[in-house]
Amino acid sequence: MEITVTVNGDRLTREIEPALLLVHFLRDTLGLTGTHWGCDTSNCGACVVHLDGRPVKSCTTLAASCDGHEIRTIESMEVDGRLDSVQQGFQEEHGLQCGFCTPGMIMTARALLDENPDPSEAEIRTAISGAICRCTGYANIVRAVRWAAEHESAEARR
Amino acid sequence: MQTPGPIEYERATSVQNAIQLLEKYGPETRLLAGGHSLLPMMKLRLANPERLIDINELDELSYIREAESEVRIGAMTRHRELLESELLATHFPVFIDAEQVIADPPVRNRGTIGGSLAQADAAEDLSAVCSALKANVVIVGSEGERVVSMDDFHIGPYMTAIQDGEILTEIRLPVRPGGGSAHEKVERRAGDWAIVAVSAALWLEGGRIADAGVALSAAGPTTVHATRSEELLRGKEPAEELFAEAGGLASEDCSPIADGRGPVDYKRHLADVLTRRALSRAAERASRLEG
Repeated sequence: MEITVTVNGDRLTREIEPALLLVHFLRDTLGLTGTHWGCDTSNCGACVVHLDGRPVKSCTTLAASCDGHEIRTIESMEVDGRLDSVQQGFQEEHGLQCGFCTPGMIMTARALLDENPDPSEAEIRTAISGAICRCTGYANIVRAVRWAAEHESAEARR
Repeated sequence: MQTPGPIEYERATSVQNAIQLLEKYGPETRLLAGGHSLLPMMKLRLANPERLIDINELDELSYIREAESEVRIGAMTRHRELLESELLATHFPVFIDAEQVIADPPVRNRGTIGGSLAQADAAEDLSAVCSALKANVVIVGSEGERVVSMDDFHIGPYMTAIQDGEILTEIRLPVRPGGGSAHEKVERRAGDWAIVAVSAALWLEGGRIADAGVALSAAGPTTVHATRSEELLRGKEPAEELFAEAGGLASEDCSPIADGRGPVDYKRHLADVLTRRALSRAAERASRLEG
């Protein structure tokens, strides 16, 4: 079957098998391997991307269901060599160790900040409760998201 | 690598169209709602439909509104919408309690109330919520619609009253005065299935319990409707001793199995304690509204 989706602002049409999962569409069909494929059971959150602006687990979403919709992945976060403030936060606060959970964590955190620019630690922990870091670096991840929130609000004030 | 087997796929354009497609293609066809139960089952080959009818575009099934002394929820309303609903928070705070502990935010962005109830998993939270609230569900087929109580809807583990060619379209929650409700869940980790969860609802009238609803998740082969606890509560004044007695009955009447989440005696203990706590919070909320 044929689907047309907008991925990171680009409208793309591809022929796919109806059973294809969104994570494999992104990684294998489009070559966007920034989205990680982890537990396959909607538990770990490594595969989180935005579907129409909301974070979803791409291992448990059919690409076919995304026909006509908008997808945003980690590849869209850096623009013209400038990292998104969430990415900068992860760098500044040592928010990643092995890096496997990072794309999903960052997309989850981005969605949180888009809705709630000044989240408390508890709100951040709730938002990332569906994302597992097996290096267990949660304290730094929470600090990284806070860093991004503060950085963005400082920028907005300027 | 877990992927679903080969399938045919078609999008429904309306409820009527979904019914037509179900009739046209027959029993090996399944409706795809949020997909967070069906797709994992397809990956594990526990479900092997030949064709999926995707109903995610059916905005006509996504709503929470008040009508005829009921709150009516469209079957495709997503968990997130339930969690954020002021109407539900006002009338049925049990929904908000439950939604905070159902899976995690990205899953709640996709999963739907209709999908949750139609999956008929005994460990699923909203089935207990709807049972405690004495909900009815609307099932539509080419012959028309049927309204079915939760007791008649869940006919066995993973089995519902939905027949071939039918679709669950709406959940109806009767709004009665003096109501209060709460959901209590113990889980191993954030977003997990319950070890045991309990939903409770009380309707107070002149300081007495006019009606009560108690239902348990993960405490038997299907959602456990604790009818003996409800009978005990009716007509009495809310009190901790009474709730303890109701908890004791719920603990006796459920039938949990030992598994990775815990042994039977621990689960019965949870059924008891969580029933008391849920009733106690439901009573507090009900009297706050009454007062």
